[in-house]
Formats: sequence, C-alpha cells, structure tokens
Amino acid sequence: MIETVVSMELPVDESLRIQKNRIMPLNPTGKEKRVAIVTGTHGDELEGQFVCYELQRRLKAEPGALKGIVDVYPALNPLGIDSITRGIPMFDLDMNRIFPGNADGPMMESLVSRLTEDLKGADLCVDIHASNIFLMELPQVRINEVTAETLVPLGKKINVDFVWIHGASTVLESTLAYSLNQAGTPTLVVEMGVGMRITKEYGYQLTEGILNVMKELGVWQGSVGEIRTPIVSEDRKVGYLNAEKAGIYVPRIQIGTYVKEGELLGEILNPLTGNVEQAVTAPIKGMVFTRREYPVVYSGSLLGRILGGIEE
Amino acid sequence: MRKTEVYSMGSPYRETLKISGYRFGHGQKAACIVGSIRGNEVQQLYVCSQLVKKLKELEASHYIARDKEILVIPSVNHHAMNIGKRFWPVDNTDINRMFPGYDLGETTQRIAAGVFEEVKDYEYGIQFASFYLPGDFIPHVRMMDTGRQNTSLAGLFGLPYVVVRKPKPIDTTTLNYNWQIWNTNAFSVYTTETDLIDEVSARQAVAAVLRFLTRMGILKYHSHNGYIATVVKEEELTSVRTDVGGIYRRLRNPGDEVHLGEPLAEIVHPYEGYVISTIHSPTEGILFFMHKKPLVTENEVICKIIRRLHE
Repeated sequence: MIETVVSMELPVDESLRIQKNRIMPLNPTGKEKRVAIVTGTHGDELEGQFVCYELQRRLKAEPGALKGIVDVYPALNPLGIDSITRGIPMFDLDMNRIFPGNADGPMMESLVSRLTEDLKGADLCVDIHASNIFLMELPQVRINEVTAETLVPLGKKINVDFVWIHGASTVLESTLAYSLNQAGTPTLVVEMGVGMRITKEYGYQLTEGILNVMKELGVWQGSVGEIRTPIVSEDRKVGYLNAEKAGIYVPRIQIGTYVKEGELLGEILNPLTGNVEQAVTAPIKGMVFTRREYPVVYSGSLLGRILGGIEE
Repeated sequence: MRKTEVYSMGSPYRETLKISGYRFGHGQKAACIVGSIRGNEVQQLYVCSQLVKKLKELEASHYIARDKEILVIPSVNHHAMNIGKRFWPVDNTDINRMFPGYDLGETTQRIAAGVFEEVKDYEYGIQFASFYLPGDFIPHVRMMDTGRQNTSLAGLFGLPYVVVRKPKPIDTTTLNYNWQIWNTNAFSVYTTETDLIDEVSARQAVAAVLRFLTRMGILKYHSHNGYIATVVKEEELTSVRTDVGGIYRRLRNPGDEVHLGEPLAEIVHPYEGYVISTIHSPTEGILFFMHKKPLVTENEVICKIIRRLHE
C-alpha cells in the first residue's frame, strides 16, 4: 500500500511528498518484523531506484514467502531526483547532514524529523547510496566503527564485495544511518555504482543480498541466489589516489582490478598542450574499489581508492 | 599594505584560483578578517573591500599599533562568484564545511587547509558570514558555544546583538568553529544582506570591526561607542512558521518591536490573489530575522523573535 510519510505544501500548486510502499505478508499476525529500504537522499544517486523495483518484483513473484513487513522508500529527496540536484533544491543543504531533523526547526529539518520517526523501530534499515557523479564504487557496506559490532555480521550477509569499517567523525553524526543506529534501528549504508546511472548487475547483486538478510531475520522464506563473502576492511589499509595536477583524467584500469604498488592506473592529460600532466600510480598494492569516472580534475580530486593487503 | 598570495590552485580550463590577503602593520598576528567564502556572499566581499580601503588609510596615518599585524582575506571562492554559483563550481561542495581542511585531501579540503594554515595563528578571527535561510537579520555578532567563546569580547564590536549558537555536528567543519578550537577568539559578523549590497549595514560592519580592533589595542582610532550588546542564545529565539505555501507578503521588518497577535506577514494565493493566511506574532518582542524571498512553502520559518525584549 502506498502511503505518504510526510507532505509539505510548496508555494505554487504542488506538494513535496515523501512516499513509501508498504508490502505486507499475505496473512499478517501483527507481530511481524519490519525491514525498511531507503534511497534517493541525494538526488543524483539513482542506483537504488532499480533495487527498489527489482526487490518488489521478487517479492511479488513469491507472495507467500514474505513473512514480515517491507517498507520501500524510493525517494527521500524527490525534488532533488526530479531536478538532478544532489542536495535539496532551494535549500542548499545536503539532506544527509540534517538527520535526525528537528520538529521545531526550518521546513526541511521538520520534514526530516517526521521521516526519522517513521523509520524508527524497523528491525533493519538499508540506506542505498550511489557515490556521486564523479566516482564509481564497487558494492560495499560502510560502517562507522562505533556500530561495527552490531552491523558487521549483517553487512557480511548483504552480498556486497566488501565491508568498510571507517573511523568516527563528528560531522557524520547528522546522517540518516548514524541517527537511526543511535535510536536503536540497525541501519546499513550501501554504496555502489556511480551517480546519474544505473548499473543493473549491482542492482541484482544487492537485491539478492537484501533478500538474504531478510531471510536471516525471518522476514523472507523465498528463493535467494548465491551470496558472496565480502572482504572486511578491518586491519587493511585503504590507499587514496588524489590528483596533484589539474586536467583530464583517463583511467587505465577497471574497477575491481588487483594492482601492484607503483603500477600505472591512469594519466592526467592536458588537452591544450598535448602533455601528460601526471602519471597516476598505485600508492599501495591491492584492489581498486573506487574509480573516478568524471574526467575533469583539479588538484585534490579523488581518482580512486585501493583496499590494501588483497592478493588476487 | 602588502598584498600577498594566501593560496593558489591550478584549474584545467580557467585561470589559477588565487586567494589574496592584505596585510597591515607588522609583528604579532593580532587579527584576521575573512570575507566571502561562498560565491553569493557579495555583501561580505564589499564589506571587506571597504575595510581594506579604510585600513590602508589608517596604516598610512600610522594608526596601526606597533607590533600588531592585521590580515584581511576578502574572497576565498571567487571561482564560484564569477559564474554565479554559491559553492565550489566543480563538485558543489561548501568550503566553509571543510575546515580545518586537509592538504592531501580533496580539492576544497586543500583550499580550506591552505587558508586555515594562514589564518589559524591570529589572536582574533572575524568572518563576514551568511546564513542558509534566505532573509534579513538585525546586524549581529555570532559565536559558537564551544565552551571557549567569550561573549564579553563579542560585545566590544558595539553591534546591537550577540548570538550564541550551540554547534550541531555540521557546524564543526566551519571556519568559526575551528578557529575557536585552535585558540583564536572567533566571531562571525552578520550584516543585513548577502547577495545584494546594503550600504548602511556594510558601513555599520566596517565601523564595528574598527571599533573592536581599537578596543583590542590593535588600532589607534577614535570611533563611536556603538551599542551595549544584548546577548541572545539562538535556541531561545521564537520561530514563527507558515501554515500554507504561497506568495509571501512581509508586513514587518527586522528590528521592529511587535506585540502578541500582531500580523507579521500574509500568504497570498498564487493564482487568485486573496490572502490565504495571516501570520500573527505568537509573542511580544523584537523581530530578529525575517524571511525575504517572495515565495514560501508550508511550515517554513519566516521569522525569529527575541521574546519579551523591547526597544
């Protein structure tokens, strides 16, 4: 059943509506567990849209196998998605920096507060992101070290290529995932693919993983395909590739490639002079899990990330 | 006056971004003033330009105290300002959410790191800042409640109000917050405008900074004493919201004293022109902030009131 979670009137003949589709089991008992799938916080990240569709297709294919409630929220930032805007149009804010919101705050903060209240209490929330328009990410779960104990076991079952446990940061305390985890709603952040595009194979991969986790929670008794065992980043070094020169970056390797230290990964070119401004080499050996897709770079632009200590 | 390059960043298709600093006097790093960090902060740029002009005159007249140096950085993100953007043009990140920066990090982290390296050792840090809600303020000095703030010092600007804000996680990456963490006494000065130039409040801001520098013994200058500031905690301001969306008609202005039940604004039907809703004051007090843009959504904060304060 499609429900409007929160609605706010816009100035001229339109409302901003955040909607969800609640999918119920055939014979509800009133004691079901609830899984929430959320995406579209950043309007330029679309990978989650396909997952929302594909997950529901799978649920519809085996209706008797659903034993819990699944809430699908495809567009937390509908105005952003509709206008190809990463943040919230007109507000210059990153929606994932104002959680848990404030019922008495400005319009978007009060809207986020109501959204947070709706998500609270779920037995699992999966927050699907798609990097940004600049970077392609191998399917991964990102977990703040303060919640690693609870979330890593879940992250290992969601069929991603690796689980990245990262350090705590004050500024990340205003994300949806941090706020829900603090409120006792286990929330996994998935990053995969690239902004403004849909990578179907990643969508199928994550859908399988969500069904697998639902099975673990007793919410799903239907079919689940093969699930891969992810690499967990704990104790592994992450190497960052940042541009040192401005120009056009042309990568030479594919995402997921295993590289040696010092191996040439790409070049920053100068289209005006015809020169190579920088030969970009691997700072450590390992697997390339982030790769720059958008060619124009400044000094500092992220060109890639390598998960160290991985042997092919 | 010495013009120096604070930081530079090469660009693939544009001229190199050069962040310039103007230094006055010599010796101890006494005060640093930063203007526009966002591309729409035209008023902040203008205020800085007027301050540079005035400090140049004062330096020529030997009004800068011995062994004191003042640094003014009028603009950080003119790559955005020159093309009508607010944030860094390539990735739309906000340089004022990147402090203290990271010199090996992403582009705007590097810019923030380069600027912070130059500004972090000053005893007093003053930023002409802007707010993310579109509207007008009464000119004021704003400080973060980091436990290190000194509201008595903020009062020495002689502006009518000092506002203390409890920092949220997102505030911990601003220049003001990091200045305080690095032991600089940090103040954000808000004038009436951002995207447009308001001469009256710009002159007031320049005078306030000169007054403060004089009182701190950095300038030898005579100026009017200004106001004895009223200190306000941001969370104590009363927010007034719209109950519908539509065309916004403002009835009162920042600085006005209002009474309980007095009309503050009207929302007009965008097609049929009649008043859908009249927003009344929920309290008596002084209007501190008023929404300015002509359209409003439902549940939008259009006004903040300092409760039970009178002219």
